[in-house]
Amino acid sequence: MFKILKNVLFNSLRNKVMIGYTFILFILSWGIIYLQGDIEKSVASLLSVVLLLIPLVSIIIATINYYNSQEFIELLMTHPIKRRTIFLAHYLGIAWVLALTFLVGVGLPLLIAGGFDISVMYLLATGFLLTFIFTGLAFLASVFSKDKARGIGLSLILWFYFSIVYDAVVMSALVYLSDYPLEKTLMFMTALNPVDLSRIIILLNLDISALMGYTGALYKKFFGSSEGIIYSFGFLFLWVIIPVWKATKKFIKKDF
Amino acid sequence: MLQINNLNKTYGKIAALKELNIAFNLGEIITIVGPNGSGKTTLLKSILGLVIPDSGTISIDNKSIKDEWQYRAKIGYMPQINRYPENLKVKELFTMMRDIRTDCNTYDNELFETYKIKEIYDKTLGSLSGGMKQKVSAALAFLFSPIIIIIDEPTAGLDPVSSQHLKDKILKEKANGKLILITTHIMDDIDELADKIVFIVDGVLRFNDTKEALKNNTQMPTTGKALTALMEKEYV
Repeated sequence: MFKILKNVLFNSLRNKVMIGYTFILFILSWGIIYLQGDIEKSVASLLSVVLLLIPLVSIIIATINYYNSQEFIELLMTHPIKRRTIFLAHYLGIAWVLALTFLVGVGLPLLIAGGFDISVMYLLATGFLLTFIFTGLAFLASVFSKDKARGIGLSLILWFYFSIVYDAVVMSALVYLSDYPLEKTLMFMTALNPVDLSRIIILLNLDISALMGYTGALYKKFFGSSEGIIYSFGFLFLWVIIPVWKATKKFIKKDF
Repeated sequence: MLQINNLNKTYGKIAALKELNIAFNLGEIITIVGPNGSGKTTLLKSILGLVIPDSGTISIDNKSIKDEWQYRAKIGYMPQINRYPENLKVKELFTMMRDIRTDCNTYDNELFETYKIKEIYDKTLGSLSGGMKQKVSAALAFLFSPIIIIIDEPTAGLDPVSSQHLKDKILKEKANGKLILITTHIMDDIDELADKIVFIVDGVLRFNDTKEALKNNTQMPTTGKALTALMEKEYV
């Protein structure tokens, strides 16, 4: 497992796309921090980067990488190595490389500018977990798709669903059912979307959450508490594990 | 040694293998022949565990290979289409494979030396020609001293000299008591190598015996003519 992981890591870290991407993230974060001048505001601005860009880039790069590694995967499969090991080593390799680019590109400027601020920590933790979640979703989409084009298509649809469609559905449900007390339901529904969950974790640990009215207060009461934090991170971990587990199960039974 | 019982495999609606029963022993060279799409590669891939059969068993030394992976240490595989990571250098490929195969410490470097793989060590696998990739593939298939060697269409892209080297190596390994499975369309290769001919049409085993038996059955003077007769008879 470790030897394959080492090879995947080594080959991906040499990749020029990854180096370029880290550089762009770094410049972007640095620019935002410089323009805002305040660490809390910078975290709020970087929130959109973390919630939209990180999942999108993770899911696309991981999908492309899966298809590009197919030759290597097939070669390894003719040797005495468990399929599960091959698959998980690839997943962990790509996820770690993407997570590293995020930590260097976004984390480093924030830590230099603001030190170990608690909101920075939440931003980095959720961004880190989102990378693993969307890499897992990418691998899930890839094992279920026959060719690269379909795989990338399915990955984009997944991203689109979690980033935009899901919110639209929840919003319209809220508008139509505004006469009913939906706070609890809504809190549960956020757990079904890792992007929403991350957004809430970060927002509610910033001071601006005071501006969100009654629902915001309820949210703050729950997600601001240590119990709520454990609950939401617990769900994020489930979002990491379930897609990868499902993808591994499919991969083990696949024909090559 | 290698035993296959009632093996079935379908891709969607197309049946690739139907109730296949066959057994192979060490010290034999088996050539698997049949028209394109007859299930030859599917059979080899099932033995390797790349393709998972719908039903039936494959066992090596009386042990089923289902959900197993250690048994692949016994098998060397040279695929029909050589697909390697494009950016990887030849040297990196060999270092990596030796690094991963911790189970093996006796390397068979004969083909590695004959094909002078060291001279192309700094080239990336993507820049190699088809024939060069086949040489890399052949060297890799024999490298970990396997006792079963599976070769899918070996000599199609190789030049005559390299092709002869490979055939000599195959004959040598047979003399060393190994089992070699080859699929091929080239009659000369069959004539030169085959101890037994296995003939598959549409996933069904039609013939499994020696060259001499084939010639006697079909009343033909050469293996090539005998096989052609067999194929034509099957099609009518």
